Amino acid sequence: MSETADTTVKGSPLASQAQKSLADENVETGEPKMRARGVDVYYGNKKAIDSVDIDVYTEYVTAFIGPSGCGKSTFLRSLNRMNDTIPSARVTGTIELDGEDIYASGMDVVQLRARVGMVFQKPNPFPKSIYDNIAYGPKIHGLAEGKQDLDEVVEKSLRRAGLWEEVKDRLTDSGTALSGGQQQRLCIARAIAVDPEVILMDEPCSALDPIATAKIEELIDELRGRYGIVIVTHSMQQAARVSQRTAFFHLGNLVEYGHTSDIFTNPAEKRTQDYITGRYG
Amino acid sequence: MSVTTLILLVLGLGLAGWLVARSRAAMFRRASADHRIAALPVYHGWYAALWIVVPTLLFALVWMPISEQLIIQHVLASPAAENLPAFGMQRETVLSEARMVATGAAPGVFNQDAAALVGPFEEAISRYSVIGFVVTLLVAGSGAAFAFLRLKPDFRARTRVERMVLSTLLIASLVAILTTLGILASLVFETIRFFGMVSPVDFLLGTNWSPDPMSSATNPDGSRYGAIPLFWGTLFIGAIIAMIVAIPLGMMSAIYLNQYAAPRVRTWIKPALEVLAGVPTVVYGYFAALTVAPAIRDIALSLGISNPSSESALAAGLVMGVMIIPFVSSMADDSIAAVPQAMKDGSLAMGATQNETIKRVLVPAALPGIVAGIMLAISRAIGETMIVVMAASFAANLSANPLEAMTTVTVQIVALLTGEGSFDHPATLAAFALGFVLFLVTLVLNIIALRVVKRFREAYE
Ligand SMILES: Nc1ncnc2c1ncn2[C@@H]1O[C@H](COP(=O)(O)OP(=O)(O)O)[C@@H](O)[C@H]1O
Ligand SMILES: [Mg+2]
Repeated sequence: MSETADTTVKGSPLASQAQKSLADENVETGEPKMRARGVDVYYGNKKAIDSVDIDVYTEYVTAFIGPSGCGKSTFLRSLNRMNDTIPSARVTGTIELDGEDIYASGMDVVQLRARVGMVFQKPNPFPKSIYDNIAYGPKIHGLAEGKQDLDEVVEKSLRRAGLWEEVKDRLTDSGTALSGGQQQRLCIARAIAVDPEVILMDEPCSALDPIATAKIEELIDELRGRYGIVIVTHSMQQAARVSQRTAFFHLGNLVEYGHTSDIFTNPAEKRTQDYITGRYG
Repeated sequence: MSVTTLILLVLGLGLAGWLVARSRAAMFRRASADHRIAALPVYHGWYAALWIVVPTLLFALVWMPISEQLIIQHVLASPAAENLPAFGMQRETVLSEARMVATGAAPGVFNQDAAALVGPFEEAISRYSVIGFVVTLLVAGSGAAFAFLRLKPDFRARTRVERMVLSTLLIASLVAILTTLGILASLVFETIRFFGMVSPVDFLLGTNWSPDPMSSATNPDGSRYGAIPLFWGTLFIGAIIAMIVAIPLGMMSAIYLNQYAAPRVRTWIKPALEVLAGVPTVVYGYFAALTVAPAIRDIALSLGISNPSSESALAAGLVMGVMIIPFVSSMADDSIAAVPQAMKDGSLAMGATQNETIKRVLVPAALPGIVAGIMLAISRAIGETMIVVMAASFAANLSANPLEAMTTVTVQIVALLTGEGSFDHPATLAAFALGFVLFLVTLVLNIIALRVVKRFREAYE
């Protein structure tokens, strides 16, 4: 594409960040939590995702990067069948959770979404109290017995999301009265409350200021290992900071998927390199 | 000169002004160096036409009532008027008879006194119509003169016309508001007269409603004007029975249409519901009185209830509830549709079913809008007249049994105003007091509902 295409990105700030997060990476473990093979997603007749293979591990944060419109959200939403809510969307191929095909006819979508939670781009707390926002999931899934049990779940979820200290004295206030960053952590706490196995996050920081973003990134790092985390982000710095696995999407194709450090320091594909050096996007 | 000729004349003058000003502007344009003037010739035309027509019409509006008074005064000043009867009613009759003959609306006089007045009437009418004609021409002329003096090549006729159109529109919108205020003022006035005769305490707290239009007008029996049974009947039929029907059915249809119905189904059912809202209420009235009420009576009889009323509150309330369904459902539909998709996605992504999402997230989030819709529906139901006039009873009855006959405020207003009582009898004036109470209640309901809706909209901007 240009004469500088062979310039290596080693030594760039991105690379050093990626290496830092690589430092606490464990050795490769066995089975992936989720496994996608040959996944196509169509909107009507238009193919938005073309034959994607990806593994998601509980031990690592997986980041999806790529120019906007390349299908990151579409693929993410196929991991908990949120695409079912769009009438024109159709998914083919297999996606497995613990070896079980989530698109199999016997699959209970409601249970699946309790196991694979989701956090959206724009914080979307329910117009209910902070307490009720968190209690929502446990209540509908019958995870808590009695008020005391529920109180415990709420406290535990808010603590895990790093929000407890900030809201413990105003649990009855409306969730929509919190700041944007707090709302997003509330949404993460809400997802945690049903004790999911995987949490999908679609650009969770794109509506937040840098300080709130830093808090969320810190939180993601703390949650790693307990939950499988997939994060879509348009910020390559963010991908480098929080993830250990990175998938680069382009025009509905998965161009490259691997260790974050490799993607940022030593990409195999020229398209990846062009993207992370900011040549397009 | 008749009103029609006057209006035609004014419009003719306006048209002439329009044509002259436009061609003059075209002339300006041809004369100017670069063939440009500040505004298109049509705007010159409109400017002149508006300055001719608007002041003249305003004058005509003022002149018509004034000339009426002047004519009467002229006639009364004539020597023949001395024989007129002193008493109001007869005097009016004679005057209007003479006037009809004078204007050619009646062939001849019946009353001799009137005959003598025909002459003065003819004289006055022709005099004032000449005066009116001349002044109209003067007003039109000065409007035209003013406009033409200002119309120069560099005159910004376009912005001026814009401004004049603006004020015309403003006046037009004020007409509705002023009319409403006028109605309200007359309502208040009559209500005060009523409360001069019957104490507000008797009216608002009494439980016996049996106004007698034949009783003495000067010393009414306040204890017969207790409106509580009417208020109760209105609430029971319009706000309780009707809402028991309308709220669940309206909500359910809104939820079905909004969340479950396939687009094809929705395009059929939604307009069908809206048609329901357009059915004239008198048709619902027939239905209530001729179909539902007898059916309810029969059912009650077969259940062993003795003497069920054939004008039960239940019949009127049920049918009114059906009438109100579209109001509730369309407001609920709008409110649910206004809840952001993100809210719904959030709930579905938690693993909630669609039904749980609707019950626990969408409806609570849309609740303010839904409540506002219900309040509007109630205010409509309690003001509704035709159904209850046809299906409810005229007998005031304070009871919680829906099978009994009950009456409402609107029914009593109709009964009082179409009854035998003279216009200044308290039994007639009571209608205004009832109307005033109804007006206040619906006004408050509407204001609250609109504010709630507004707040609700802001919450999701
Ligand atoms: N609901 C939808 N209906 C039809 N096309 C859609 C829909 N959502 C997304 N798309 C299309 O699918 C492609 C991928 O979109 P998306 O997954 O949102 O991209 P990204 O999240 O990477 O920005 C885009 O071309 C977009 O226009
Ligand atoms: Mg996206």
